[in-house]
Amino acid sequence: MVGSVITITSGKGGVGKTTATANIAAALASTGKKAVCIDADIGLRNLDVVLGLENRIVYDLVDVVEGRCRLRQAMIRDKRLPELYLIPAAQTRDKSAVSPSDMVKLANELREEHDYILIDSPAGIERGFRNSIAPADRVIIITNPEVSAVRDADRIIGLVEAEEKGPAQLIINRLNAGMVERGDMLAAEDVLELLAIELIGVVPEDEEVIVGTNRGTPVALDSKSKAGQAFRNIGQRIQGETVPFMDLGQESGFFDRISKLMRPGG
Amino acid sequence: MPPQVQIKGIREGLLITVPDGEWPNVQDDLLVEVDKQADFLRGAKLILDVENHILNAATLGKLRDMISERELSLWAVLSHSPTTEQTAQALGLATRIHQAHPEESSRPLETNLDGDEGILVRRTMRSGHILEHPGHITVIGDVNPGAEIIAGGDVVVWGRLRGVVHAGAEGDTKSVICALDLAPTQLRIADQISIPPQDRGETRPEIALIREGQVVAEPWSPRSWER
Repeated sequence: MVGSVITITSGKGGVGKTTATANIAAALASTGKKAVCIDADIGLRNLDVVLGLENRIVYDLVDVVEGRCRLRQAMIRDKRLPELYLIPAAQTRDKSAVSPSDMVKLANELREEHDYILIDSPAGIERGFRNSIAPADRVIIITNPEVSAVRDADRIIGLVEAEEKGPAQLIINRLNAGMVERGDMLAAEDVLELLAIELIGVVPEDEEVIVGTNRGTPVALDSKSKAGQAFRNIGQRIQGETVPFMDLGQESGFFDRISKLMRPGG
Repeated sequence: MPPQVQIKGIREGLLITVPDGEWPNVQDDLLVEVDKQADFLRGAKLILDVENHILNAATLGKLRDMISERELSLWAVLSHSPTTEQTAQALGLATRIHQAHPEESSRPLETNLDGDEGILVRRTMRSGHILEHPGHITVIGDVNPGAEIIAGGDVVVWGRLRGVVHAGAEGDTKSVICALDLAPTQLRIADQISIPPQDRGETRPEIALIREGQVVAEPWSPRSWER
């Protein structure tokens, strides 16, 4: 098996990288794919919390890299999905404990037994970002419909291109259709017009996401959640399926325009 | 090194070409060269191409005499000037040879322009991208917020301009910035800085330039680039 390494990054913090990583991994694993997620945010780990696996941590990423344990020992199996694993970040070290080549080596080992290796990148453009990008086969940029988040996403897209890891794909997270309708929030098409990369998902703002994060249960496993549905759609698109974009209750014809905008970008 | 007196053989004889400049100096140079090459020139028919020099009868007659003194014969004088041609004809010199002005056919027409140095970039310029060049800069693609262009000359953006552009960065106040959609974060031309208004109405090609000491943006119109 030759798994695919997908890095999820954003530049700006707090836009939903960790939530998206957990949910996409859960969505992939719930369709029977073997998925492993790596928390690359050494020193500020929280992917384990979002997945509800915090209390099972014995070894972490730095332990693997420094040879204190075997890779297998640091992989925590999810309590709900047997095909989902987590490699947690170390809490007591910093980003320099791991190098980009360590990440490439680790990813190559994981590729042999998993369909998807998802890397949750830390915010910023420093070492942690470089570590996360190094082994990537594809890069998913996550942004919010806010000017500052979009600006950082644009910068990150440029850096991903410079590392020859592009073209990146885009998730617009926490879109509030009501605010867009009132003209108080950037519409998805405004974001796409600027970033000009392929859109792979639009996730609506949904209180269930916060509830799920606090409980350690990704919303992708909640069949009633709209955000959960959006993440499951992203999971399918990652697997190469064509899934229409959900109607988020915005002005009519909106998604026709999105699909038009998507075409030039591939 | 300035152009020199040149002597070369053509079918009709030896063609002597002279550089531009004050005629007395040119004539001195010519005679020095003729003396230097006296052996080579002896017995040959000399054709003198004076190009744009305008020579009156006295000057040309004097030159002919000085050449004769060296036991050489001036056969023809070629010139761009009708006055000089008439003078030469009056002195009994030919003004046309069969292969008139051998260089003329290879001289390019004056419609070839030189232009200025610049660079072209075809890509989306994203936040953090910086593009600097001492000449002109053309971008085919969008210039996003956070991207920066610094040019010694003009800047042309065939796309949406939303970043920062500095044209005429070394002080050229005649520099211009044009874009299909001019919505920059900030514009600078020479030492003038301008923060464009937020609300611009419809999108249209615009050109920014300095008028009365201020950077102004104007809708593109024929001849608006003429400064």
